[in-house]
Amino acid sequence: MASNKKALLVLEDGTFYEGSSFGAETATYGEIVFITSMTGYQEMLTDPSFAGQIVVPTYPLIGNYGINSTDIESSKIQVRGFVVREHCPTPSHWKNQMSLDSYLKNNDIPGITGIDTRSLTRHIRSLGVMMGIMSTDLTVAESLRELKSLPTYDATDFVKEVSTTSKYKWENTVVEPSKFNVVIIDMGLRYNIARIMARLGCSLTILPCTATASEVMALNPDGVVLSPGPGDPALLRYSIDMVTAILGKVPVMGICLGHQLIGRALGADTFKLKFGHRGGNHPVRDLATGRVHITTQNHGYAIAPETLKGGLEVSHINLNDGTVEGLRHNQMPVLSIQYHAEGSPGPQDNLYLFERFIQMMEQRKSI
Amino acid sequence: MEKPHKVLVIGSGPIIIGQAAEFDYAGTQACKSLREEGIVTVLVNSNPATIMTDQGIANIVYIEPLTLDVVSRIIERERPDGLLPTLGGQTGLNLAVELADAGILDKYNVRLLGTQLESIKQAEERSLFKKLMNDIGEPVPESVTVNSEEDAVDFAGKIGLPLIVRPSFTLGGTGGGIAYTMDDLKIIVSSGLNASMTKQVLVERCLFGWKELEYEVIRDSADNCITICNMENMDPMGIHTGDSIVVAPSQTLTDREYQMLRSASLKIIRALKIEGGCNIQFALTPSPAVARRWAPDQLNVKQSEYYIIEVNPRVSRSSALASKATGYPIARIAAKIAVGKRLDEIPNKVTGKTMAAFEPALDYCVVKIPRWPFDKFATGDRTLGTQMKATGEIMAIDRCFEAALQKAVRSLEFGKRSLLWEDKGWGNDGTLDSYPLYPNDLRIWAIMAALRRGKQVEELSLHTGIDPWFIQKASNIIDMEKRLLSETLSRDLLWQAKRLGFSDEQIGTLADRLPEQVRELRKDWQIKPVYKMVDTCAAEFDAETPYFYSTYEKENEAEPIDERKALVIGSGPIRIGQGIEFDYCSVHSAWALQEAGYRSIIINSNPETVSTDFDTSNRLYFEGLDEESVRNIIENESFLDQRYIDCPSIVQFGGQTAINLAGPLSSSGHSLIGSSAEAIDLAEDRRRFESFLNSIGVPQPPGAGIMSLKEALDTADMLSYPVLVRPSYVLGGRAMEIVNNDEELTKYMKRALDLDSSHPILIDKYFEGREVEVDAVCDGTDVLIPGIMEHIERAGVHSGDSIAIYPGLNLTTREVNTLVDYSVKIALAMQVKGLMNVQFVIMPGQANEQSSTYVIEVNPRASRTIPFISKVTGIPMINLAVKVMLGISLKKQGYGTGLYRKRRLVGVKAPVFSMSKLTGVDTYLGPEMKSTGEVMGIDHTFEGAMIKALMAAGLILPPEGNLLLSIADKNKKEALPIIRGFHSLGYRLYATEGTAAYIEKNGMRVTAIEKKLSQGSPNIIDLISSGTVDGIVNTITGGRIALQDGFHIRRAAAERRIPCFTSLDTARAALKALSQGQRVYSIKPLSEYLA
Repeated sequence: MASNKKALLVLEDGTFYEGSSFGAETATYGEIVFITSMTGYQEMLTDPSFAGQIVVPTYPLIGNYGINSTDIESSKIQVRGFVVREHCPTPSHWKNQMSLDSYLKNNDIPGITGIDTRSLTRHIRSLGVMMGIMSTDLTVAESLRELKSLPTYDATDFVKEVSTTSKYKWENTVVEPSKFNVVIIDMGLRYNIARIMARLGCSLTILPCTATASEVMALNPDGVVLSPGPGDPALLRYSIDMVTAILGKVPVMGICLGHQLIGRALGADTFKLKFGHRGGNHPVRDLATGRVHITTQNHGYAIAPETLKGGLEVSHINLNDGTVEGLRHNQMPVLSIQYHAEGSPGPQDNLYLFERFIQMMEQRKSI
Repeated sequence: MEKPHKVLVIGSGPIIIGQAAEFDYAGTQACKSLREEGIVTVLVNSNPATIMTDQGIANIVYIEPLTLDVVSRIIERERPDGLLPTLGGQTGLNLAVELADAGILDKYNVRLLGTQLESIKQAEERSLFKKLMNDIGEPVPESVTVNSEEDAVDFAGKIGLPLIVRPSFTLGGTGGGIAYTMDDLKIIVSSGLNASMTKQVLVERCLFGWKELEYEVIRDSADNCITICNMENMDPMGIHTGDSIVVAPSQTLTDREYQMLRSASLKIIRALKIEGGCNIQFALTPSPAVARRWAPDQLNVKQSEYYIIEVNPRVSRSSALASKATGYPIARIAAKIAVGKRLDEIPNKVTGKTMAAFEPALDYCVVKIPRWPFDKFATGDRTLGTQMKATGEIMAIDRCFEAALQKAVRSLEFGKRSLLWEDKGWGNDGTLDSYPLYPNDLRIWAIMAALRRGKQVEELSLHTGIDPWFIQKASNIIDMEKRLLSETLSRDLLWQAKRLGFSDEQIGTLADRLPEQVRELRKDWQIKPVYKMVDTCAAEFDAETPYFYSTYEKENEAEPIDERKALVIGSGPIRIGQGIEFDYCSVHSAWALQEAGYRSIIINSNPETVSTDFDTSNRLYFEGLDEESVRNIIENESFLDQRYIDCPSIVQFGGQTAINLAGPLSSSGHSLIGSSAEAIDLAEDRRRFESFLNSIGVPQPPGAGIMSLKEALDTADMLSYPVLVRPSYVLGGRAMEIVNNDEELTKYMKRALDLDSSHPILIDKYFEGREVEVDAVCDGTDVLIPGIMEHIERAGVHSGDSIAIYPGLNLTTREVNTLVDYSVKIALAMQVKGLMNVQFVIMPGQANEQSSTYVIEVNPRASRTIPFISKVTGIPMINLAVKVMLGISLKKQGYGTGLYRKRRLVGVKAPVFSMSKLTGVDTYLGPEMKSTGEVMGIDHTFEGAMIKALMAAGLILPPEGNLLLSIADKNKKEALPIIRGFHSLGYRLYATEGTAAYIEKNGMRVTAIEKKLSQGSPNIIDLISSGTVDGIVNTITGGRIALQDGFHIRRAAAERRIPCFTSLDTARAALKALSQGQRVYSIKPLSEYLA
C-alpha cells in the first residue's frame, strides 16, 4: 500500500495540487505532460521519450493489471514522476508480478495519487505544458523557489541520457535467416520497434545517438532507423549532422524524434506544440490514399510545414490540428512519420509502415 | 455512391425485453442525421411512445405494425430509394431481410443502405460467420449448427459438456441456454429451434467464467475503421451481456490485450464489409483466481487467448451504452455513413472542432447495471443466463469504480436500496452458499453481504467467476463502511466516503446521523460535488458538449447557466410500470421549455433514451434521481459567485420517480414549476383525497387507507368483498390485488406491512365496471381534455395492461358529460397546473336506472397514455402543459376548456408483454401491471385499428386455425357468444373437459382434451407445444390458489408465442375486429389520419 503521506505537486505558474505520495518518497521535477491512452501505463513509464517529464495519465484508474516482465519499452522507468487520480495497490492479472507502487519504489521514482488529473489536464491544455515539482516535504513557496533554480526541460539534451552508450545487437525474437541488416540509432529506442523489425526479418544493430555517419555506414546497412526520443530536436546538432550525411545513401526510416531530425537535416524547422500530442487515439490522414489511421503519439515538437524545402513534402497530417505527421522525399528513400507506428501502448493499425520500409530496402537492394 | 433521396427507416416496435428505448434513441438520431443531409425520411414503427414517431423527426411517419405485408404496402406507396435496416434492432433487421428475401426491395428498386444483406447474413448465420472467421484466422469456439436435437447430442459426444446453445435470428438471446447434461441439452435445443426464425441453433464449447469484452466498431465505405469504446462485463461469460453489470472502458486488460482485441475487431468489421456500426463480443483468458475453477486449461497460459463470441451488424443496446459512455453518437454517424459519408467528413458535434474519425478517450469510469423486473414478479425465476431478463438499464459515471458502482445501484430505483441493503436470510449459517452468489439480480448485494461478514476476495472470485479486481473494489467499499461505523466522522473521512460514492443517507446510517445532518456537515465542511464533462477526448480539447456527471474532486466545470432555465427530472430505468412514455414526456418538456425561451436542463440515469442524448436539452446531468443528487444539481445551478439564480424543477413528466421528489424538493426550499407539492400530495394521500372528492361532490368507490390488519378486516367487512388492495404511492399497480375473502386479505396485509409499514394500505370496493381514462391539461382557469379513452378490459385489469380505445365508442353523451364534468371539477379544485390523468369506472345501472361513474384514481402528472393521446388527437399535450406551467394560458395557446372535438379516426393502444423471457411468471391479466411496452393501431374504423393493434402486439389470430378454450365456470355463460362467434368464423375448437362439455351442450363441435397435466400425454401442454393450436382463450378460476393447470397453459402459450386471451373482454374485441376479415385496415401516414 501507498503511505498516506501528503504530497504536493506545484506548477511553475503557482498552481498546486495536493495528493498522497506513492512509489518512491523522493522529490522530483520536470515538464508536466498529460497522456490520454486508457491502457498501457507500464509502456508509458518505460518510454524513453518521457525522459525529463512528469507524466499525467488522464485515465483515472492506473495500475489495475499490475506490472509484468514483458510490457516494457526500455530497461527501466523513464518518467521523472507519475501523477494519477488513483493507483491500484491490489492488481489483478495472470501476468501480474508486482504493483505499480512497488515498481515505482524499485526504480526510485515518485508518484502522487488522489489528484484531480482532469483539472490538471485542463490547466495544461489551456496554458500549455510547463515545469512542475513534486515532493512530500516542501511548501508551495519552497517548491516554487526550488523550481526556479532547476534547469528547464527545453534546455536539456535528454537523448544522451537515454541512449545506449555502446553498440549492441538485438537478440530477441529474431527471424532466421535475417533478410536485412538494419541499424537503429538509439535516441530513446522503444523496444517494440526492434521487436517488430526483427519479426519482419531484420538483423538489428543498435548504435548510440552519438554515432557518426561513417560509423553507421561502416556497418553497411540495408536501412537505418532513427528512433523516437525525448526533447527538442534543435539541440541535437550531432545527430542532425549524421542524418544529413546518410540521407540518400541508404533507406532511412524516422519515427517521432527521428522524423523531426530528418526534417531538420533537410533544412526544415521544428517548433514546440502548446501541449503536445500524447495518446493512442490521434487520427492521421495519409495524403496519398486519403485514408485515416488511428495512431499512437508522444511528441511535444513538430515540423513547421512552411519551412519544408529541397524535395521534402508532407505525406501525412493530423486530422485534429492539421500538424505534419509524415514526410516524404521526391528522390531519396525516406520514410518519416511523427507518430508511433509501433504503438505500445496504442493501436497496431500502422504496422504496414514497417512493411513499407522493408519494401524500400528491398527495392534498394535490387538496384 | 449516389446519395439517396428518400429513405425508409424501420423502428423496433414495442419495448420488450431485449429491445428497449435504445432504438428510439438510435432511430431518432438517424432520422435527424439523414435530414441534415437533405434526405426525405420515411419512418415506420408501431410504438407510439417514441420520439421517433413524432412529427418533425422523420418527414413522413407511419405508426403501423411491423409486418412484411404492411411495410411492403408502405414501400409501394412511398417508393423510397433507400432502406436503412440497421437501426431498428433485431426487429428492423429481420424485417429488412424478409423484405429482401420476398423480392420487395428489388421490385421497387429500394437499395439497402449501409451494411449489406450479405454482411448481415454472414454476421448472423452462425455457419457463415464461423466460416468467415476461419478464413481470416480469427478464433471462434468449436461449434456446430444443428436443426435437430439428435445432431446436438452427437456433437456433445465428440467435444463434451458443458455446451452453450444459441438460436439464430432472435431477440435478446431468446431460447438459448447452457447445457451441463445431455437432458438439459435436448430441452434447450428444442426451445431454441422454436425461437429461431431460421429453425437453427448453434451448439458450441462453453466458455463460462472467461472474461467477456465488447468492442463497438465503426467502418465507412472508404474502409476507415475506428473503435468507439470497449466494455468489460463484470459478470463473466455465461450471463447475457444485457443482464451483466458492465464497465467502460475495460479495467483488467493490459494494453496488449486491449489492442489484440481491438485489432481483431477491425479485422472482423473489414471482413464483414460493414458500413456503419457493429458490436463484437469476445471471451478472454480469465484471471487465475477464476480459472482455477472455471477454465483450468487457462491456468498456465503464456499468452492471453481469446474467442470471438458474437457480432451484431447493427446498432444495439451496447452501442447506445457506448454512445452515452463516451459522448460519441454512434447511430448518428452510422446513418451518415450509410448514405456515403466518410468518417473524416463528419464533424464531431461534441468538441465542435474535431472530426468523427477518432477514438474517444475516457477520463472516468462508467458502470451499467441492468434493471430486472423481479420486484414485480416475485415468483419469476431470478437466475440469469444466456436469455436476457432485464427490461432496462441505468448507467453511472464517476472518477472511480466504487463511486460509479454505488451511484449505479442507487439509480436502479429499487425502493431506496443502496449497497447497504441485505436480505435478512443471508449468511445465517456462515457458508458461502447461504448468499445468492449464483448469477441472479441480487448478486451484487450478496457479494457485499459476504464481504461484510469477512469472506475473502479470492474465494468470492473463485465462486462467482468475477475478476478479483471488481471484488476488491467492492471490498474497498466495505472497508469504508467499517470506518464509518467505528471512527469519528471527520472532514477527511467524510470526504473520502463521498469520493467512494457513499450517499448522505448511507453515511448517516453508518455514522448514526440523519441524512439531512450529513448534508449539513458537508455544507459546513465545504464538501460538495463538482460536475465534470463527458467530452469524448479526456479534456484534450475544449469541448462544447453540455453533458456532465458529478464527482468529488477539485474543479467544477459546470458553471450555472445564467439565463431563464428549468430542470426536467427524468424517469430513470425502463421498468414495468414506468416505461419509455415518460422519457417521451421528458424530451418534449425540454423542447417546450426551449420554445418558450427557457434553457432546459435534464437529469436522468438511463443510457438508452433520447432524453440523455447530449443535444436534447441545453444541459444534461447524467445522474441518479435520488433526492440528494437532484438537490445537489439544483444547488450547483443556483449560485454564481454568491449570486442567486432561480432553477425551478419540473416533476410532472418523469413518472412516479419524479413526482415523488415534489415533496422533498419543496420542503428543502426549491421551487417547482406547475402543480404545487401540496396539490400533488392531495392526490397521492388517500385520506386527503377522499375528503377532497367528497367536498367537490365527485363519487369514488367506497374505501379507506388503513395501517393495520384489524383495520383492514373491519373495512373489508363494511365494504363487502371483493375489494381492491394496494399500497399508497403506487407504481404500475405494484402489489395491487383483488381479494375475495378474509383469508386472502390477511395474507396480503402481512406481506405488505412487512415491506413498508410507514405508508397506508388502500382498500377499495372493487367495481367490475367499464374503465375509462382521461388526460387533461389545466391552467387554473381552463381544463382541456383532448379525448376520452375507453378500456376494452373491465376494471380490475391494470390500465397499463388494458387495450385502450380513442375515442370512447360505447359511451353515452350523458356519460361523456359526466366524465368531463368530474375531470374539470377535480382539476380546478386541486389547482392543477399542467397535466392530470383521471381513471374512472362506470357501473351499469340496475334495471332502468342510469349508469354511475366513479373516480378510481387521479395522478397529477403525465401518464402513460400521453404519447398515445397526443398522437391520435394531434394535440401536443406536453408542449401545452409546459407552457401553461410557465404562465401561458390555454386561451393564449388557442385552446378552450372541456372536451376537444372528436377526430374521425379510431386509435387503439395495446399492451405488449415479454413473457416468453420470464420463466415462472404467470401471464394472466390482473390488477398488477405486467406489460413492458405498447403498440398503436390507428385507422378510420374500429376493426381496422383493432386488427392493426393486435397484429403489432402479436395477438392476432390467423384467418383460420384451431382455438383452445379453457374457461372458468363463472365465466362460461358470458363466454358463450364469443365462442359462437369464433366458431362461426370457421375456427376449430379444442377445449378442456368442462369447457368442452359446455360447448357441446350448446351445439358446437369441439375436441375435448381429457387428460389433466398430471395424467400424462397427450395433454393440453402437448397440444400447445406441438403447435396444434393457434390461439387460446383462458380465464382464471379465481383467487391465486389452484392455478396450476391454467398457469402451465398460459406459460406454454407465452413460450410458443401464441395469442392467449385471459380476459373475455379482449377476446370479444378481437372477435369483433376479425369478423370483418383480416385485411380491412388501411395504411397511411399519421398525418393523413389526422387531416
